Amino acid sequence: MIWAIVLLPLLGALIAWFIPDNRKRPFVLPVFGVLHLAMTVALLVSTPPASPNGWIYLDSLGKLTLLCNSVLFLVCSAYAVGYLSYRRRRNNRILCMALLDCLAAMTLVTMSQHLGLLWIALEATTLAMAPLVYFNRNARSIEATWKYLLICSVGIAIALLGLFFLAYSTIVANQEVSLLLGSLISDASRLHAGWRHAAFIFLLVGFGSKMGLAPLHTWKPDAYGEAPGLVGALLAGGLVNCALLALLRVYQIAVASTEGALFQDVLLAMGLVSMAFAAVFMARQSDFKRMLAYSSVEHVGIIAVALGLGKGALFGALLHMINNAMTKGVLFLSSGNIHRAYNSKSTQFVRGAIKRAPWSGALFLAAFLAITGSPPFAPFVSEFMIVSSAFVQGNHWTGGLFLLFLAMIFIGMASTVLPLVMGKTPEGMEKTPYRDTVATVLPPLMLMGVVLVLGVWIPTPLQALLQDAAGLLGGGR
Amino acid sequence: MNSLADQLLVLCLLINFAVLGTSRLAFSVRAVAVQGVLLGVLPALVHPFSWHLAMIVVSIIAVKGAVIPILIIRAVKKAEIQREFEPFIGYIPSLVLGAIFTSVAFIFAAKLPLAPEHEGLLFVPASLATLMCGFLVLMGRRKAISQVIGYLLMENGIFIFGLLLAEAMPVMVEAGALLDLLVGVFVMGIVINHISREFSTLDTSKLSTLREG
Repeated sequence: MIWAIVLLPLLGALIAWFIPDNRKRPFVLPVFGVLHLAMTVALLVSTPPASPNGWIYLDSLGKLTLLCNSVLFLVCSAYAVGYLSYRRRRNNRILCMALLDCLAAMTLVTMSQHLGLLWIALEATTLAMAPLVYFNRNARSIEATWKYLLICSVGIAIALLGLFFLAYSTIVANQEVSLLLGSLISDASRLHAGWRHAAFIFLLVGFGSKMGLAPLHTWKPDAYGEAPGLVGALLAGGLVNCALLALLRVYQIAVASTEGALFQDVLLAMGLVSMAFAAVFMARQSDFKRMLAYSSVEHVGIIAVALGLGKGALFGALLHMINNAMTKGVLFLSSGNIHRAYNSKSTQFVRGAIKRAPWSGALFLAAFLAITGSPPFAPFVSEFMIVSSAFVQGNHWTGGLFLLFLAMIFIGMASTVLPLVMGKTPEGMEKTPYRDTVATVLPPLMLMGVVLVLGVWIPTPLQALLQDAAGLLGGGR
Repeated sequence: MNSLADQLLVLCLLINFAVLGTSRLAFSVRAVAVQGVLLGVLPALVHPFSWHLAMIVVSIIAVKGAVIPILIIRAVKKAEIQREFEPFIGYIPSLVLGAIFTSVAFIFAAKLPLAPEHEGLLFVPASLATLMCGFLVLMGRRKAISQVIGYLLMENGIFIFGLLLAEAMPVMVEAGALLDLLVGVFVMGIVINHISREFSTLDTSKLSTLREG
């Protein structure tokens, strides 16, 4: 059963390969999206026992990520059908296959308890995404793909060295060598300190660059800006969460060792730097998709700050991981629609989207309000938890800077988004065939519904799952 | 046996300098391939024989020594370029920096203790030095192919360290890591091909439309 959920999307990729018709092929995506979500729910309800060698097990952190990825993928796959009908002339075979391969790899990430396996799956997500970033096949997208591929590959290679260091620290400590999460956590304080220290640094740099924490974020604006909207949504929601999960595994080991406090301080600093970078670069962006990339840098920063604070903020961090993924989904999908409606993503030309594409414009505006932390949307709740935890812990500087950056980002983003949605369309803009249809609007609309509901009410099972996962991060077993 | 292993590691370090000091792409690719073969031989010298080990040796030599170099050489031929041109960091500065990095690697490695069975081996400094030299090539060169060579050098550095764990690591992890590397280089090869078609050059400093500001 548990292997079936990894193999299922691969089967889908195989089927997509064999379908010759460019129009019918995209329908494979939602079919497998639904099947994947159904299996995910089944796995969440009845957790299968760990595999005999302990490599595969779905703990509550993995469950959260899996659920989040599965929902996001279903929405994106439903959207893909409508989106690809506007891009008929472009062959979508590779797109469909890469999307499903990426889903398989993302699923494997969520249930790996062996860090080596986790690394392999994470690298596979990076590679599966590369052809997706290059979907538009022009000079700009190849530049973005090259940067993405090189920086992420190098980053993740450094993480591999970190893993080797971690494994070697168990040898030096005269223990059986192991990269199983459970045994690493229980032996964390007995591992050799020097090697362990070096391992944490390399792992933080490696997974941090894949997550896009500043100053390792430089590939993000390019890749997010040039990739199609639905790929951007999966990058900002799915891939970021997979890299975050890898970082959380390291976090679990760090907290169990004596170096927890140092690791948290570094995360806190990197988080604040990410928010500062985003606040500076967000203002006056001339490309609205690149602006969304800086928003992604901001939100991984927020999560890193919350992890750095620890204690009460951990629940907020995990909730924010979900909220960010869902809201980014809405932002990228609706921005993809707006991009189609204007055939441009320069804020100089794209104005008054509410008239040209009323639903997409309204969704973009609502998601902007949500992502900047306005009530009653879900990110408000998680950001409030994090910042109040900072003040409760007496960490006034962090709390103050956090609020300052949020305010700067709100202003910076509003100065781009408001004219884009509400402004007056420039004279003589070319007409495009794009009109808001059910196929391209309903998926992000549903996702926006989720963001709104999570803002006012967290279902009890999700609440329990979040608490359980936060307990794992707090040092519980 | 261990002294032979150390000699091979020194050879790996020398290959780093050969790559740092040359502008000829085909030569660099071959040098990295030779390094890959050395990497394949090394575990046989430090660990006692087992079938698991034999598989590692064969697959590393096949992937790093043959498949990947062939992929890159093909990309070099297709793009019809032979040399790196006006690198960001010149060849002499590269060599000097490489020497500095190598000595830093030795100092750093001295602070980290080895397990008793690996005492006195050069694995850690060789690994770190190769990693940093690879990074230097990656950052200092313009051509996309040079950057891939830098990436491979980095990967070799990481693998040198991984060899210490060759016995302890499960086969699946090693196979997976090699496979990821292979697919990665394959994808990079395709991208290189598209870069040369799109820009009719492989100069990555031409890839600058997406600069900030």
